[in-house]
Amino acid sequence: MLAADRLIALALMGLSLYFMWYAKALPIGWVAASGPGGGAFPFWLSAIMLAASSLILLRSFISHPHEGEKFFPDADAIPQIAGVVALLVATIAVIPFIGTYLALIAFLFIYLKFFGHHGWMLIGILTLATPVVVFFFFEVTLKILLPKGWTEPFFIPLYAMFF
Amino acid sequence: MTNIFTRRGAIALMASVAIAAGSPALAEDWKPMKPVEMVIMAGQGGGADRLARLFQTIIQKEKLAQMPFLPVNKGGGSGAEALRYLKDKQGDAHVIMATLNSYYTTPIQTEIGVDIEEFTPLARMAVDVFALWVNVDSGIETIEQYAEAVKAAGGSWRMGGTGTGQEDSLVTALLEREFGISHTYVPMAGGGEVATALVGGHVDATVNNPSEAMSFWQAGRVRPIALLTAERLDSMPGVPTFAELGHDLEYYMQRSFVAPGGLTEAQQAYYVNLLQKLHESEEWQTYARDQALLTDFLTGDELQAYFLSEREKHRDILKGLDTPS
Amino acid sequence: MEVLALLADGFATSLTPLNIMIVILGVTAGLFIGAMPGLGSVNGVALVLPLTFIVPPTSAIILLAAIYYGAMYGGAVSSILLGIPGASTAVATTFDGRPMALQGKAGLALIAAAVASFVGGTISVILFTIFAAPLAELALKFGPAEEFALVLLAFTTFVGLGGDDTLKTIVMICLGLVLSTVGLDMISGQPRLIFGDIPGFYSGISFLVLAIGVYGVGEVLYTIETSRISPAVSTARLRMRDLIDGIRQMNRMWKTMSFGSVLGFFVGMLPAAGATPASLMSYGLARTFSKKPETFGKGNIEGVAAPETANNAASTGSLLPMLTLGIPGSPTTALLLGGMVMWGLMPGPMLFIEQQDFVWGLISSLYTANLAAVLINIALIPLFVWALRMPFSVLCAMVLVLCILGGYAPSQKLHDVWLIALFGVAGYMLRKADYPLAPLVLALVLGPLMEKSFRQALISAQGDVTFFISRPLSATFLALAAIFFALPLIKMLHRRIAKRPAPAE
Repeated sequence: MLAADRLIALALMGLSLYFMWYAKALPIGWVAASGPGGGAFPFWLSAIMLAASSLILLRSFISHPHEGEKFFPDADAIPQIAGVVALLVATIAVIPFIGTYLALIAFLFIYLKFFGHHGWMLIGILTLATPVVVFFFFEVTLKILLPKGWTEPFFIPLYAMFF
Repeated sequence: MTNIFTRRGAIALMASVAIAAGSPALAEDWKPMKPVEMVIMAGQGGGADRLARLFQTIIQKEKLAQMPFLPVNKGGGSGAEALRYLKDKQGDAHVIMATLNSYYTTPIQTEIGVDIEEFTPLARMAVDVFALWVNVDSGIETIEQYAEAVKAAGGSWRMGGTGTGQEDSLVTALLEREFGISHTYVPMAGGGEVATALVGGHVDATVNNPSEAMSFWQAGRVRPIALLTAERLDSMPGVPTFAELGHDLEYYMQRSFVAPGGLTEAQQAYYVNLLQKLHESEEWQTYARDQALLTDFLTGDELQAYFLSEREKHRDILKGLDTPS
Repeated sequence: MEVLALLADGFATSLTPLNIMIVILGVTAGLFIGAMPGLGSVNGVALVLPLTFIVPPTSAIILLAAIYYGAMYGGAVSSILLGIPGASTAVATTFDGRPMALQGKAGLALIAAAVASFVGGTISVILFTIFAAPLAELALKFGPAEEFALVLLAFTTFVGLGGDDTLKTIVMICLGLVLSTVGLDMISGQPRLIFGDIPGFYSGISFLVLAIGVYGVGEVLYTIETSRISPAVSTARLRMRDLIDGIRQMNRMWKTMSFGSVLGFFVGMLPAAGATPASLMSYGLARTFSKKPETFGKGNIEGVAAPETANNAASTGSLLPMLTLGIPGSPTTALLLGGMVMWGLMPGPMLFIEQQDFVWGLISSLYTANLAAVLINIALIPLFVWALRMPFSVLCAMVLVLCILGGYAPSQKLHDVWLIALFGVAGYMLRKADYPLAPLVLALVLGPLMEKSFRQALISAQGDVTFFISRPLSATFLALAAIFFALPLIKMLHRRIAKRPAPAE
């Protein structure tokens, strides 16, 4: 926990410095007769954030407020969490190419099979029913088009049918 | 070179379609196969948004198209987000964009790598006008009194308007240049907020579109001083124009539709034809009359020429803004 | 009384069989749309707006009111069941609603939310009926200075000092405020913090993206870790007895609920403020004045009732400036406004005089829609609770699917979905390191309002800071904010002194 606490404080300090540097593109001071400039809010708030996270870092050397707690999950949870994150990232990454529907089917299949260890029956129902429900709820009812990628041509007859 | 020629051809064809209003034979050549995205260069609730949604409704109600037109707001960065999006959609005939004046000003003010000349002009549906408004409690009735009062305030006269760099701030700059006065410009989130701030006394004047301040005027809370148009409006007969008072001030907000570059002639023709029908619909004409919008329809070569000349005009105004007066 | 006669006319039109059917359909559709994280009343209203030009005008208003209320009720559903606030107005509902669901009391929380919403809706519609016209004048008095003071007050009633790790709370508030400045600076017209010119950041970071990220994805990751220790299946169930028990418990909260309703109505009425600050203030005040403030955030039913009464009351209140002044307080009212203009109605001061049929038809449909919404909502609670009993891994997969879709839907940018994944992972880690996430999310919601009104006020006052205290309303709010800010600190000092009667040697 202590190491993690320090690392996160350091990361936040870095982030504040980056924001401060970036905010300086606009005036950060008090503009005469009109109050703070466009960069003032992000700059000074980042400065406070920098100060507070530095204090957190400092504090971790003086006292140990979180002793006994642990930051890193049990060894067997790490691959699971990393796996879910990787799966999520991969799903988002392929949406522009294979479209939302295929991406969702793949996501559900992999998740339910390898993380949930469910039976084929349940996997089959969920992976097939979800895209259908999503299509009718989002596209047909709410008229929110989801990305289709390469699968676009297959939807043209569906559009003709439902719109 | 060939590129330019096809573009010319397309524009010429489009113009001829517009003249032979609603000639169905040409429009049948292409029609959308999926819902059309109607990108709006502004956030929800603004004038541009309201208009786009009105068009969506009329299209649906009058069954002008088989596929629905779906409004999508991309108002980020004064329309920069929408312009970039349209550029990325090069050649996609299922996207059109509802524009306002940030169509010219945003690419001039910020480096976003968009040249509006590359887009396909479809049609200008309406031109919105501007007027100078004051609170009735101020007792100001003429433009001379106004200039007087602003001068007396010594720069602390509060002018409310939309975000800095947007239309209202440009109109304010034009006023300042013409009358040699200076305002404290208070940027706000939208025309409705601006109009209310005037009634509530949080600002001293506005350059609202008549549609935004009309109801307060009818209720006797605000007063239009003069219009920034060439001629008086039918809906506001008693209000003079700056031009007739001897001040050469004119400014308009255009409401048009454009499409990404690289559309085929048939695709362009389809939309121009559709917008022509929309223009002729009774709902649209009634709405425009109520809201004091001018519905000068413009397409083809003329529209592109209009866009480009407006862009130059705005470049001049913006240049004037940068140099300290 | 003239008002009553007008209202009776309104009811006569809104209670025909066709219109009752429309109410039921609208409320049900609204409930499901509102219950989807990422979708809210905006989507519901946008969905039915084009339809309203086809049905008769009175039915059109009723349909809109029904879907508006339905979505407001629905917002609480995803806050409680999944811990993901579907709209910024429902953030405060997650604070106690989610812990209740985790304790197996999801049904009770949902009942509390429904009943509280009903109370809030009803009280505010009554206030609306009686005071609509004079209150519009009050709303006009609200300038940038008052707006700033109010937002600050909302912030302090909620955050205050003490409680969690103060340093970490400060970091999270600042981070949220800084993230809220991303995008275009409206005042200067210049882009800020767009991270190397990524177009996706031009429109800023939306509240929904952050909330779905930290509460949706972050929560899933957190539960994956902890669920291996505790049983995987939630024990949520609902019996008839729970329903009665729930209503009995609600009975003890009249003070909180009526206070929340009145507060919600007034704050919602103010053009720029709206339902989010209202729900936060209501929650914050309920906690401050509670006999057991430490139980808040750990599944106190009052912590669900307080924000829910206020946000529903505020959504009714926000109709007032829209109708009487023509200023929309939220994207939803903006759409409604557009709809009215298309029907040929001109919102503004003249509406109440010239279009009485419309105005009273609308008000009576608000009553009808509110009643229908609470009944349908309670009827659907078993279904919602049942959804929680899905095997844990199925639920997680579904939540992630909802996060992807709900993140994409509002602005239709894949960029936002990427941000959700990023915020999810970051939120998970911050949470593990004991950084409180609620202040982060709230700061992002209130930040833009706060900065904008602060700078507007200063510009119009020529940079004179005393402007804020020279105006009576804003001065009052600022004084209250100062009191609330210091209150936990005073309490803490008080306790410390009480603990140590004799000074330590």
